Amino acid sequence: MFDFSIIANWFDSLLRTTLGLGDFWTILIECVLVGLAIIIGYAVLAIILIFMERKVCAYFQCRIGPVRVGWWGTLQVFADVLKMLIKEIFVVDKADKLLYYLAPFLVIAASIGTFSFLPWNKGAEVLDFNVGVFLVTAISSIGVLGVFIAGWASNNKYSVLSAMRAAVQMISYELSLGICLISAVILTGTMQISGIVESQTGPWQWLIFQGHIPAILAFLVFLIAGNAEANRGPFDLAEAESELTAGYHTEYSGMGFGFYYLAEYLNLFVISGLATTIFLGGWAPINIGIEGFDTLMNYIPGIVWFLGKAFVVVFLLMWIRWTFPRLRVDQILKLEWKYLMPLSLVILVLMTVCVAFGWTFTA
Amino acid sequence: MENKQSYFGEIGAAFKTLTTGLKTTMKEYFTPKSTEQYPENRKTTLHIAKRHRGRLVFKRDESENYKCVACLMCEKACPNGTIRISSEMQTDPETGRKKRQLLDYQYDLGDCMFCNLCVNACNFDAIEFTNDFENAVFDRSQLVIHLNEEVYKGGSLPNVIDGGAEWQVGTFNTKTK
Repeated sequence: MFDFSIIANWFDSLLRTTLGLGDFWTILIECVLVGLAIIIGYAVLAIILIFMERKVCAYFQCRIGPVRVGWWGTLQVFADVLKMLIKEIFVVDKADKLLYYLAPFLVIAASIGTFSFLPWNKGAEVLDFNVGVFLVTAISSIGVLGVFIAGWASNNKYSVLSAMRAAVQMISYELSLGICLISAVILTGTMQISGIVESQTGPWQWLIFQGHIPAILAFLVFLIAGNAEANRGPFDLAEAESELTAGYHTEYSGMGFGFYYLAEYLNLFVISGLATTIFLGGWAPINIGIEGFDTLMNYIPGIVWFLGKAFVVVFLLMWIRWTFPRLRVDQILKLEWKYLMPLSLVILVLMTVCVAFGWTFTA
Repeated sequence: MENKQSYFGEIGAAFKTLTTGLKTTMKEYFTPKSTEQYPENRKTTLHIAKRHRGRLVFKRDESENYKCVACLMCEKACPNGTIRISSEMQTDPETGRKKRQLLDYQYDLGDCMFCNLCVNACNFDAIEFTNDFENAVFDRSQLVIHLNEEVYKGGSLPNVIDGGAEWQVGTFNTKTK
């Protein structure tokens, strides 16, 4: 398995010993480079995801989607971005200017923040705290704030209503999401993202296999709650661009709206990436305990495994999104508080019992 | 449908219906798509069902005579005044009988909602809808058509009144001409 920390350490020693830079400059240069890498990765993934969403959506609806711009419509996203960039940005009268401009950045910051936690490869985790899982949920909840502020600052009744619905939904589902993550923490015994992935290497050691029944249930609940958290799928009543007047971002034009759009798609990827990290082994390859097969799988780089698994989950979520009808707000709250929340608590207890009695497949 | 099931019964029912939905969309995902590349294929492989209601025309026989007798049934049947007929009574000099004569059959394509009621109301089999659908013009007034004056000889596209090309599903055709 290729270890990315070799490159990281080489670069670090290059700056420190070869160039003789002090602590401050080394860390500054590294931070800037890593930040750039994250933002570039973010943008590239956004382009891929938006294109994928349009194509997958089209195929589920028995259409073929964009085909005009570029080969098979591949340049459509760039055309859309260009259009969005040259649109005029204006503010509604009596809108709260500061909050109005601040809100999209909060949403984007939350999105990029959670994005940075994803383990891309062995040794290529950007943020790797010992309380990683907690910090992910904490940072992702900044997005709720952004959505709510956007609706509030817009000086528009519909936006406020929509923002309240979005906040209710996102805050509610955050609970199930957190509890599912905690059940994974119980199984692996660590909150550190790299530790969680590390404990999933080896034959049949993905958490979904390790923890069998409670882990599979937790994975399902995580997908549902994550979908709701990302304001997607049957839970996208926060913004219903065709039915209602768009939602909390009604008054945003140009890149303000573009940021919400971007964050929405990247949250999809973040949720999928987290699901991959926590339950499907992150960058860990499939190992089944047979020597030849395992070494062959180990030759495939971790980033390929991670992206592959994440995109499988993305496809799953898109499948769900374009199949199920949108829920009403009372149905959403009912689903969370009457079904998912009790279920996730049961999962938590079940997982604890399994781990305490050693009924897991942990190697 | 309203809350007849128990808590767990509801979960079971939800799972059943949701998997049915997922199965359906997955099947749809792999179905060949019937999208056509219009306008590229408009002269080659475009198919338009013969029954498609594009616009109203007079049916004419070989010597280009129409059958309309200005009975006004279509005008009365029309829900939104798309058809306006003006006629006059003429006396046949030989028999001395009075007969209604069509002066102007005005059909406003811009108002028409293609409900086919006029065709159903016609007792003389004088009008029909053709599938010629390319009706875009730059001026609304050009959409007001006098059917008795024009002799409709097929649309802007080759073979379109016969249905165009063969109906094909799953071949996304970009053939241009």
